[in-house]
Amino acid sequence: MTEHSDIDHVSGRSTTGHQWDGIKELNTPLPRWWVITFYLTIVWAIGYWIVYPAWPLLRSHTTGIWNYSTRAEVANELANLEKIRGDKMVALGAAPLEEIEKNPALLALARARGKTVFGDNCAPCHGSGGAGAKGYPNLNDDEWVWGGSLDQIMQTIQFGVRSGHAKAHEGAMLAFGKDGILKKDQIVTVANYVRSLSGLSTAAGYDAAAGKKIFAENCTSCHGDNAKGNQELGAPDLTDKIWLFGSDEATLVETISNGRAGVMPAWVDRLDPSTIKALTVYVHSLGGGK
Amino acid sequence: MNQPVNPTDLQLDDDGPLYAAQKKVYPQSVSGTFRRTKWGLMAFCLGVYYLLPFVRWNRGLGAPDQAVLIDLPNSRFYFFFIELWPQEVYYFTGLLIVAALTLFLMNAVGGRIWCGYLCPQTVWTDLFYAVERLIEGDRRERMRKDAAKGTMKLERFAEILLKHSIWLMIAWWTGGAWVLYFNDAPTLVKQLVTFQAPMIAYIWIGILTATTYLLAGWMREQVCVYMCPWPRIQAALTDEWALNVTYKYDRGEARTSLKKANELRALGQPVGDCIDCYQCVAVCPTGIDIRNGSQLDCIQCGLCIDACDTVMNKIGRETRLIGYDNDINIHRRAAGKPPIYRIVRPRTVTYAVMIAAVGAIMLYAMLTRTLLDINVLHDRNPVAVKLADGSIRNAYTARLLNKRGFDRVIAIDVDGPVNAALHVVGADSVTQDRPMIVLARDTTTELRLLVTAPAESNPAKSIPVRFRVTDIGLGEVASVTDHFVAP
Ligand code: SF4
Ligand code: SF4
Repeated sequence: MTEHSDIDHVSGRSTTGHQWDGIKELNTPLPRWWVITFYLTIVWAIGYWIVYPAWPLLRSHTTGIWNYSTRAEVANELANLEKIRGDKMVALGAAPLEEIEKNPALLALARARGKTVFGDNCAPCHGSGGAGAKGYPNLNDDEWVWGGSLDQIMQTIQFGVRSGHAKAHEGAMLAFGKDGILKKDQIVTVANYVRSLSGLSTAAGYDAAAGKKIFAENCTSCHGDNAKGNQELGAPDLTDKIWLFGSDEATLVETISNGRAGVMPAWVDRLDPSTIKALTVYVHSLGGGK
Repeated sequence: MNQPVNPTDLQLDDDGPLYAAQKKVYPQSVSGTFRRTKWGLMAFCLGVYYLLPFVRWNRGLGAPDQAVLIDLPNSRFYFFFIELWPQEVYYFTGLLIVAALTLFLMNAVGGRIWCGYLCPQTVWTDLFYAVERLIEGDRRERMRKDAAKGTMKLERFAEILLKHSIWLMIAWWTGGAWVLYFNDAPTLVKQLVTFQAPMIAYIWIGILTATTYLLAGWMREQVCVYMCPWPRIQAALTDEWALNVTYKYDRGEARTSLKKANELRALGQPVGDCIDCYQCVAVCPTGIDIRNGSQLDCIQCGLCIDACDTVMNKIGRETRLIGYDNDINIHRRAAGKPPIYRIVRPRTVTYAVMIAAVGAIMLYAMLTRTLLDINVLHDRNPVAVKLADGSIRNAYTARLLNKRGFDRVIAIDVDGPVNAALHVVGADSVTQDRPMIVLARDTTTELRLLVTAPAESNPAKSIPVRFRVTDIGLGEVASVTDHFVAP
């Protein structure tokens, strides 16, 4: 091939003529099958270019001749997955809510499915683990504005709260200040009274008797005589340690003055019945469910 | 040993093609110690490989009774009395480490003895050569038949056909035995012959048939010389004490024919024992001349030793002109000193100690392996929840493992915050204030554990909490420690 008929005198073999630091490279050709395999891989690669989408063009790319795309493959796999899950989800849809928690297989399925759906739909407000935030209930605790039984949770998920759906939970905290029902000092007094109900400290020199009187006249119709709340109206228990919007005086004054009316969307039109069931069981099993 | 080459003997292959055509090797049959050893080891290795799937092992009702089984669908590996779960794959890591170290140790003691006697490539190639020899005859006959290619007779054609059929049958059985390790062997055999077996079984048999046939029938020594990385690695691992198949040139040179040697000896002239009969080359399965010194292509099979020993016996000279020897002795003998062999030396001792250490760790892990286990993951979001009455609750996801072959009733307890209550979502019952659950045999179960500490217990920011699972029947206990966190 080349003119280097340079011979290595120790081995008696010809060299390639290449030399590094005085060391010459023996001419040791690859075996034929090796070379053929190498050429075959090149041919194979050319086939690949033709068969599969490979070359970027200015605006798009070559599409190959098999109409293959990884995107379609993913879509296929997802469809397959749905098919595989299909039967199990049907079983889940058919089972009564109480039964699901007693059947380990259904419970596992509901929790797994519920967790993904929760992550996709509910996490933006309630947090990925259902920990909630100010104004967004913590779903792990045991205070339920609209009730924490399986049926009540499902009802809330389906139709939402003040969502505009005909069956949504309605009822809101009145704006006692804005609407001129109570005066500023009365609001501060009753706010302190409410704090005392759950054992929180009150401002120095606040008139407990007056607070009790204002509460009895304005608040008991929703929150009850004993301030234990009313789930029918979505009126929270004011004697416990859980506060949706906060328990400090300023927040309570704000709440009483301007009212509160958070919104939970209705999911009945967006999620299928078995998925809502799975979600219900998942939320219930977070630990606060009644 | 490497004499400068006479320029007229040089092969000038500069103008040749980019590739070197495979030089067909015609190893001659040979008999002797090493050949017998190889037959024995071959029978043993193949016997184990082909028959092991049929060995039964009673593990109780419902459990597979195959002694060695890789149960992929259920992620279980069975090896006689050992049953491994996916989370115990570290045993395989340990096994691989031991295997690598053993290979190093073998190499430090006896060079590439793995290659010569135990490597599957060697074992199957040897078997294929045996078939070839049986059908086509020994070296000379095969060479003659191949040379007479142009005038192929029907008889010769039948021979070749028969050889390839037998090769393919062996290859097919190799693939067949392989898949038997992944399924109940007798059932699978039945399915295979009635064409009811899963597609994947046929695909694997196909793949292994093809590779066995190609590698052992066609590629042969090419695999050892061009494809296998081990010769390169072992070249870096070896040292001057390692026993390698060596031509003792200090004893063999100068070579000359038997007759001439006798004449020269009679004249008192120096002459070597090698009579240049080329027997060592004729029997070599990689087709090399060991008298050129130790080389990468030599798989250390020792067949040249057998061949040369036969010659030495015939001409009445001392055997082991070629033998397992080390570099040091070549020089010692040349200097007139007695040879020394040292198997026990820092390198081998280090390998042996490492093998023993890894083995001991594995044995310990195996003996103290739990058959009931609990792993716990603390909920991250939220880490802690305050309840209406002011108590604090933490949630955990627990995974319970029952590695026994029967269902058992497990009680779950928690030691942590004072007066803490444990609630288990999905518990089967609560007996004597303890949540109970039935753990199905040979499975894992995931549970959600809720630990609630009353408000008055006032737990610190983080305190340890311990979950305990107790087998009500056997009294087996497993526990795990995590943390209980206050908001
Ligand atoms: S030189 Fe000897 S030991 Fe090495 S491969 Fe050939 S026959 Fe085997
Ligand atoms: S078989 Fe022994 S005597 Fe014959 S050529 Fe080889 S080394 Fe020399």
